[in-house]
Amino acid sequence: MRRTTRDSIIPILKLGEFLLVSIQIDLHDRMAEQLQQDILERVSQTQARGVLIDISALEMVDSFISRILADTARMAATLDAEIVIVGMHPAVAITLVELGLSLGDVKTALNLDEGYTLLEELLKEREMGARTRQEEESTEESNDSDSD
Amino acid sequence: MIVIPIKEEVDIVRVRTAVRSMAREIGFGLVDQTRISTAVSELARNAFLYAGEGEAHIEELTNPHKGIRITFIDHGPGIEDIELAMKDGWSSSGNMGKGLPGSKRLSDHMEISSEPAQGTTVIIEKWLSV
Repeated sequence: MRRTTRDSIIPILKLGEFLLVSIQIDLHDRMAEQLQQDILERVSQTQARGVLIDISALEMVDSFISRILADTARMAATLDAEIVIVGMHPAVAITLVELGLSLGDVKTALNLDEGYTLLEELLKEREMGARTRQEEESTEESNDSDSD
Repeated sequence: MIVIPIKEEVDIVRVRTAVRSMAREIGFGLVDQTRISTAVSELARNAFLYAGEGEAHIEELTNPHKGIRITFIDHGPGIEDIELAMKDGWSSSGNMGKGLPGSKRLSDHMEISSEPAQGTTVIIEKWLSV
């Protein structure tokens, strides 16, 4: 696997069906872009179904970082993975709103535990949706075969 | 006063780190430290993106307000229409257009002076409420 030193600054850990990214350093813009790319590559490689991004160590989120986070979530969704941002500091949340930004429809949770539970719930909902559709299809099929 | 040159992208981080640490020393609370370092991050990025390089001057204020002042100086193309640039959602570079108006909301005082082809100076201040 191709790995450069720049890739490994922020580790992306695999946790069952999920990936865990904990941002422990102040991100400069290119580093944030690199992280976005790394997360999407890992989602694709591991077929992870969800990603938890822990930003509890981030002292500020400006327009650039918030756009990267929101974009990453949208891009991951096209790869069939849910992203949950966890641990945003209250001061960061206040500032983000005052700045006139939001994370859009990105899902957030207070901490890792709650983020993990949220991801599991989201996936369960999706599976149930899929199963209901399957059952409907198979019911239709068996109805067909019963008809003789 | 601390002067930090803005020549490469990582300098944006250097400026906000220095501002945060001075704001903390001056006695700003956590939310104000976050407000001021976020505003500074937006303005330092503006200087870097529009002018290519610039400088941030960070100083403590004592009179009449106790607080912090950050002055961004660049010799870039300047801002043609400051009023327009201060409007929410407007941006000439296609980014989110929150930089200037957002920074103003996060600070207590903001001044912009700009001459086409000469450059731009942006001053923001955050005051310690007594």
